[in-house]
Amino acid sequence: MEFVNPEGLRLDGRRPLEMRQLRAQIGAVAKADGSAVFEMGNTKVIAAVYGPREVQNRSQQINDQALVRCEYSMANFSTGDRRRKPKGDRRSTEISLVIRQTMEACILTHLMPRSQIDIYVQVLQADGGTRSACINAATLALADAGIPMRDLVTSCSAGFLNSTPLLDLNYVEDSAGGPDVTVGILPKLDKVTLLQMDAKLPIDTFENVMQLAVEGCKAIANYIREVLLENTKQLEYRRGL
Amino acid sequence: MDGRLANRWRLTVNEKKFIETALASNLRIDGRNPLEYRKIIIKFGREDGSSEVQLGQTHVMGFVTGQLVQPYQDRQNEGMLLIFTEFSPMAGPSFDPGHPGESAVELGRIVDRGLRDSRAVDTESLCVLSGKLVWAIRIDLHIVDNGGNLIDAANIAALAALLTFRRPECTLGGDDGQEVIVHPPEEREPLPLIVHHLPVAITFAFLGSEGKLVVDPTHSEEAVMAGRLIATVNANGDICAIQKAGGEGVPQSAIMHCLQLASMCAISITKKINSAVEAYSTERALRKIKRHPTVAGNVSVAGSDVKEQNKTVEQVGGSELSRHHIERLKVVSEETCSSRSNDNDGDIKSSEQGGTSRGESKAMNFLGGPSNWYGASTFQYFF
Repeated sequence: MEFVNPEGLRLDGRRPLEMRQLRAQIGAVAKADGSAVFEMGNTKVIAAVYGPREVQNRSQQINDQALVRCEYSMANFSTGDRRRKPKGDRRSTEISLVIRQTMEACILTHLMPRSQIDIYVQVLQADGGTRSACINAATLALADAGIPMRDLVTSCSAGFLNSTPLLDLNYVEDSAGGPDVTVGILPKLDKVTLLQMDAKLPIDTFENVMQLAVEGCKAIANYIREVLLENTKQLEYRRGL
Repeated sequence: MDGRLANRWRLTVNEKKFIETALASNLRIDGRNPLEYRKIIIKFGREDGSSEVQLGQTHVMGFVTGQLVQPYQDRQNEGMLLIFTEFSPMAGPSFDPGHPGESAVELGRIVDRGLRDSRAVDTESLCVLSGKLVWAIRIDLHIVDNGGNLIDAANIAALAALLTFRRPECTLGGDDGQEVIVHPPEEREPLPLIVHHLPVAITFAFLGSEGKLVVDPTHSEEAVMAGRLIATVNANGDICAIQKAGGEGVPQSAIMHCLQLASMCAISITKKINSAVEAYSTERALRKIKRHPTVAGNVSVAGSDVKEQNKTVEQVGGSELSRHHIERLKVVSEETCSSRSNDNDGDIKSSEQGGTSRGESKAMNFLGGPSNWYGASTFQYFF
């Protein structure tokens, strides 16, 4: 299948190094301490953060840091075939684990001992890159909840199809069976915290693809920062400052 | 989401400090260099498609079984590759019985991704009748002892078991050419799987605040580590999968450094797996010959190696036993009974029965796996 046509356009009309349109909205769930909706093209994800609050299950309490929990789920209507998926299948368990560990690395957990932070992310529309979108949404929601963090975490994926590195794969490109590199970075520290890859790729090509994904992450970080700044301005305005 | 803390085993602050300060002067608690791999021992069971891998104290068993099933709707002419992990609560204090924990799921997913997405196993050759019948290859990974770095050990066990697995040959026949005939192993030699390359998982741990790199972490190092990177690499230098699920951030240059180290490790591990599998297949071929007593004599003469001769003696004994098949069955059932009732008792009995029965009891160890899945040699045909 041809993923990049001779004119250099992808299936959805993007250039190989072009990202999908981003849209973020803070405060989507009224009752949550922090929440956000994050869209990357047709992928739409909602995240809600509760906490820091008292640990529900006392046996899980950690005495020198906060307990971070995360649950990832996909809405039944998020994919093309509306199938009822069993909760807690292997894929979502793994993604929950990945998101939790990624967020745990940037939250200053030692400031909130004996408390717990819950992150719930749900995919409303899945069109590739749900993992990245979830992490971006979770970052925004955590920032909205006012939880102290080392840095923002942003994530973006990149692939390699028709011997061209492609940024931010959509569902069709993702399911083509080519390599898919998902990267999560701490933009200010310029460090990679999340890195997942599948399929086969020679080592030097991988370096280029990873570099591309990192560039994508940085672009998302700029966007997220803008959104947060805008949100803060709004809050300031509402308080009449 | 829950039950995570039960899955976490915490070290004391002193132990943690000790490991970190020792590592600052390039010392690890088990005396290795930071970039040194532990010794790998690969053993095989008597049954095809079973392996046992020891990586230091870590001990993992792999079983591969095959079954004829209906293919997925969207992949009508591809066989299936299924990976199941079992963390025995015996293996460590952090595993609880019952529902597989997050680490079990992660392990399964990493092995799965490495094998499936890099197309290491040729699934199209597992198709018998397009859209109707394909082989489902099931890999069961049993963690027997957790000494750290389960993922690498489990991955090696899976590869070794896959390489020794044989499936019975299937042909189409009948009036309409749609009937599937499964040839039992006595009739036609069972076929090995087509494995294009070996994706080997290498685990790196980042310890301490400055992210000191360590390869093949032990159990206590895993409890201390701030981050972990698992690179699945094959001997050709291709990257088949990477997993760094959060944790301490590392610069990109460190990741590329890890990948380079991983491809070097992968070459040596691939060699080890291949030589172990080769040794097993020669042994297996010799065992085949032993079925005919006249040929067996020839081989025992031809065997130049002392070790090989020993093996042949054992094998001849085996063939004698196989003539008294019923007797052997009796011995086996007796053994299973006794080992069930009392472990020590069983040991004594098997040692009394001498070399041949020792081989038998060893084989017994490997006759695991779910009851409705069949190893190549105990294959039964059903729908």
